[in-house]
Amino acid sequence: MAELPAGKGALFRMIPVDDLRDFVRAEKQKGMVPKLMTEHEAISHFIKPGMYIGVELYGSVRCPMSLAREIVRQRIGELDLAGQGVLENDLLIGAGLVKNLDITYHGYEVFGVSPVLRRACESGRVKAVEWSNAALAWRFKAAAMGLPYLPVRSMLGTDTFGYSAAKVVECPFTGQKLCALPALALDVGLIHVHRADEFGNAQVDGISGFAAEMARASKRLIISAEEIVPHEEIQKFPERTLIPYYLVDAVVHAPYGSLPGEMPYLYWRDEDHVKSYMKAAESEEGFQAYLQEWVYGVPDHWHFLEKLGGEKRLSELRRLATRR
Amino acid sequence: MTEYNKSELLICTAAHQMEDNTICFIGTGVPMLAAALAKRTHAPHLMAAFEFGGMGASMERLPLAVGGSRTFHKAVSASSICDLMEAAARGFIEYGFLGGAQIDPFGNLNTTVIGDHDRPKVRFPGSGGANDIGSLCWRTIAIMRHGKQRFVPRLDFLTTAGYLDGPGARERAGLPRHTGPYRVVTDLAVLDYDETSKRMRLRALQPGVTVEQVQAETGFPLVIPARVEQNPPPLPEELRLLREVIDPQRLYT
Repeated sequence: MAELPAGKGALFRMIPVDDLRDFVRAEKQKGMVPKLMTEHEAISHFIKPGMYIGVELYGSVRCPMSLAREIVRQRIGELDLAGQGVLENDLLIGAGLVKNLDITYHGYEVFGVSPVLRRACESGRVKAVEWSNAALAWRFKAAAMGLPYLPVRSMLGTDTFGYSAAKVVECPFTGQKLCALPALALDVGLIHVHRADEFGNAQVDGISGFAAEMARASKRLIISAEEIVPHEEIQKFPERTLIPYYLVDAVVHAPYGSLPGEMPYLYWRDEDHVKSYMKAAESEEGFQAYLQEWVYGVPDHWHFLEKLGGEKRLSELRRLATRR
Repeated sequence: MTEYNKSELLICTAAHQMEDNTICFIGTGVPMLAAALAKRTHAPHLMAAFEFGGMGASMERLPLAVGGSRTFHKAVSASSICDLMEAAARGFIEYGFLGGAQIDPFGNLNTTVIGDHDRPKVRFPGSGGANDIGSLCWRTIAIMRHGKQRFVPRLDFLTTAGYLDGPGARERAGLPRHTGPYRVVTDLAVLDYDETSKRMRLRALQPGVTVEQVQAETGFPLVIPARVEQNPPPLPEELRLLREVIDPQRLYT
């Protein structure tokens, strides 16, 4: 019988599912305790050099941009990074903090390719392992289900498969070929939500991207929230809780935390800022100058908002939000 | 005759491929404008699906991002990437619209690299949802500018499956049966695929374009049928909708 195809890309971690169960039993807090922290506390406490991290949704929509900037500010490096990427991955990669990348899409959408990604990959500084969007979400789903892999019908027959770490398997029932996606369990996941209580019960309005799966595939989970609400508000609409407290390790209050990206129903993206960022990112010098001005040179998210133009600018962006 | 540019021609021709009462995966750029136009003309019940979870958005305002709020504005549902990709895996999604840096005679697409993968000459964004859409939708429609650098005999990297290396290859790889590339829409022509060889075939010419011109701009021999159709130019009403209603800031055109 012919050997079944296997991708030759690196698998950054393959954590035995029983080890994940042991971790959950020993390390995850089952009691409902307050987890409110500053962005500095949350990032410095949970993210260490060399860890495997992921960010949801992606850099222009409902993205924990304030947390991504804080990782850059603290210069936590040697990271393995998984997920979609626009501005958040640009910042982490361009700051030299990323070693390996589980890539699906990293670009500027309408505005084209990312020069930051180009410089990183074309110089060989960052190694990319290829996946599709659904494949990454399903890899999180596999971990969320407590499984070592999930068989799917994507990626088959392509170089995307060949440069991934997936393998072809035969269905034990029908014999048909399937793409086995290895479970992806992150050391730390970062998700931005509309509201959460101090315990981490979190709700998202609009599409949820891959938040449900990633939240359940992260050993440690940091939530940033537009609004911290009383626990009773969560209890009124428990069906809206996408991410319950026991998945969450830290809650950071970050109003406008997705800027310069948008937050559905709340504020539109800061198109002027995005455009000036993209202009700066065209050259290495321009990119570093942007980091100096907007990340290293700004002590925290509150100062970032002030620098962006404060309440005047924020109210303009609120006015531009998509309404129901 | 009303003047129009290449982008407008691409958008209008792509819109004509969209079928009422079907569910289509819509990507960033030209497909968004084409879907917005189709919904205002011949396909009011077109269900635009956006891979991050938006299904059936009104398209009243042009989305800038496939996960942005306008992809689920007045939509029928706002769910998740797994939900919509799994709908495609179950056969609910008829059409998927794709773009690429390169396309080959079998409709395979490259959006990943030019040159060697590990030290590329040019690094592009990668698959995104394209590989899933090309694997799981019934029919995919590629939208591209025509040119020899884009229409190549061999891709640098096969990101998204077309007919792979020919008849039966998709099924042998394990992809769902009866799926694959359906059309290629360009500024010079509309192309489809020969039923037997699965190779790209000229179907219709854009206004004022000759068969020779299309072949000269394609880096591999096309199947040329005995009868080639002529595409109509964009209608004045389509151009008005595009310029005044759909994209008044002219972000795309």
